[in-house]
Amino acid sequence: MTDALSRLRYRCQLRQDADERREETHPLTWRLHDDGTPVFLKEYEDKDGYAAVRHTLNEQTGAQVIDAMKTANVRGRGGAGFSAGVKWSLTLQGDGMPRGYIVCNADEMEPGTFKDRLLMEQTPHLLIEGMILAAYANNARYGYIFLRGEYIEAANHITRALKEARDAGWLGADIAGSGFDFDIALHTGAGRYICGEETALINSLEGQRANPRAKPPFPGQSGAWGKPTVVNNVETLCNVPAVLRHGAEWYQGLSGQLSNDGGTKLYGVSGRAKRTGLWELPIGTSGTELLDRAGGIRDGEQLKAWLPGGGSTGFLLPEHLELPLDFDSIGKAGSRMGTGLLTVVTDQQSIVSLMRNLEAFFARESCGWCTPCRDGLPWTVKILQALERGEGEQGDIEMLDKLATDLGPGRTFCAHAPGAAMPLSSALQYFRDEFERGVRHETGPAHADPIPVGEV
Amino acid sequence: METAQTIASDGFVIEAADREAILHERDHYEQPQAACIEALKIVQRRHGWVPDGAIAVIADLLGISPASVEGVATFYSLIFRQPVGRHVILVCDSSSCFLTDYEALRDAFTDKLGIGFGQTTSDGRFTLLPVCCLGACDRGPAVMIDDDTFGPVHPDDLDTLLEGYA
Repeated sequence: MTDALSRLRYRCQLRQDADERREETHPLTWRLHDDGTPVFLKEYEDKDGYAAVRHTLNEQTGAQVIDAMKTANVRGRGGAGFSAGVKWSLTLQGDGMPRGYIVCNADEMEPGTFKDRLLMEQTPHLLIEGMILAAYANNARYGYIFLRGEYIEAANHITRALKEARDAGWLGADIAGSGFDFDIALHTGAGRYICGEETALINSLEGQRANPRAKPPFPGQSGAWGKPTVVNNVETLCNVPAVLRHGAEWYQGLSGQLSNDGGTKLYGVSGRAKRTGLWELPIGTSGTELLDRAGGIRDGEQLKAWLPGGGSTGFLLPEHLELPLDFDSIGKAGSRMGTGLLTVVTDQQSIVSLMRNLEAFFARESCGWCTPCRDGLPWTVKILQALERGEGEQGDIEMLDKLATDLGPGRTFCAHAPGAAMPLSSALQYFRDEFERGVRHETGPAHADPIPVGEV
Repeated sequence: METAQTIASDGFVIEAADREAILHERDHYEQPQAACIEALKIVQRRHGWVPDGAIAVIADLLGISPASVEGVATFYSLIFRQPVGRHVILVCDSSSCFLTDYEALRDAFTDKLGIGFGQTTSDGRFTLLPVCCLGACDRGPAVMIDDDTFGPVHPDDLDTLLEGYA
């Protein structure tokens, strides 16, 4: 690669110097280097790596690990915010139950989300250690890291780390002399956002089309190949070693008075901020502080709205920046924290156009399994395109309202369409005048056919 | 499985190394179907795409139906069932890149290459495709060419970028 080409290469960036990142306060990133070079086995072990595995597997029961995770209140960092400890307590195990799987959801494709990439590229052993501990708690026999196919560097670093861990006895039979055996394989995907939905992911892992499965049974009861399967996000699993090394109370204390949720969060900012990137901060840090760290809005532009955690979360307004960025506070404001990576929208951007872009994404990425999603999303795109061109007609906005409701929770097989509905309903609520400006006709050339055909 | 065919009815012949790799993958999972995506990727690495005959050969090697293999092949966006150029350009069109001038970059690509999304240049050098969020949102707009990710990429950077891929 030439120098000129190399300068264009993407490198993910943590925007915090080593002096700020300490073991007591930054469980996810304290080992990382300012220059972004990865931490492999020797250094990881020198920096207290695998100490939690050695201690936990020899001194604690799986039930104690689950209790610690519940007390620490580690909530799912993939976006749903469900307590990891509670999820683990629902995994079937015990007499007559086969040992199942730990699956790491590393299929990071949520628009505006780039946090798991950092952890996998720069500290792959932290993920492996978290998976070993999760396997111990859930009595899993085998682990899969389901990684999106485009994350080439992460795949290379994980592959090296798995071999190192295996050679050092952290994976395989009788881990750390505890009698517990567990191993991990890397599975790389072949595209499609829907693979990030946990039951679709299991179908994809089994080599099928990635259509979601009906729940119940939940994966913890019957997942991959019919066995108990726990699916956790990369960042969730990366929190486990510190919880078990330093205790649930310590972990809860990291967020102090900011939030009921425990620990830190790998937050990020993208879009029209000056200094976009990633920061590990106590969970419950405010949007204001995060945006300050990102250097504020680009010169000459005004903050108009923001998405708190990906394309499937609802828009919030500048006044909401004061809120703690945690699952409950953002939920009460009518959105979701999602992945906790802010997408910044300014007055330079038409909300109708941005919505068209978002809905075109969801329409393309629908797996097509159920009708509201498969047909409702392209219809939404068609109406938005008409409004964007100023060719909307009477009733279009009301139809968008109806679509936002009909695509909402409980109407579809999985959370894909509800994820598409949430930004739409919030955009209609906060920026209705922009949609209204696109209505020019009583009936007109852009009449939205109720059954759209072909490409949108 | 020793009798599995290696030649499809349309004359497609699977390389011995690819056949071995697929059989190796098959034994990694509880059921052979699970190796289906990886098998398609093995064939694609060799040929750039998945030729028709490969579907039948993979089905035979894994002991599953050709319809099942085709269903999987056509579902996933990074499995190509048509020939592609020597280099595949994936342009991220998700929200963060959209907010950082993705549309200008897309137009620059289509102007420069004289093709739209889903098309291949007449010299067989580049195929242009959209892709969902590349996870490079802090440095949008982002582009991936083969195994390399770039960002931010401005329209002025296109010559530098494309020269790297003969």
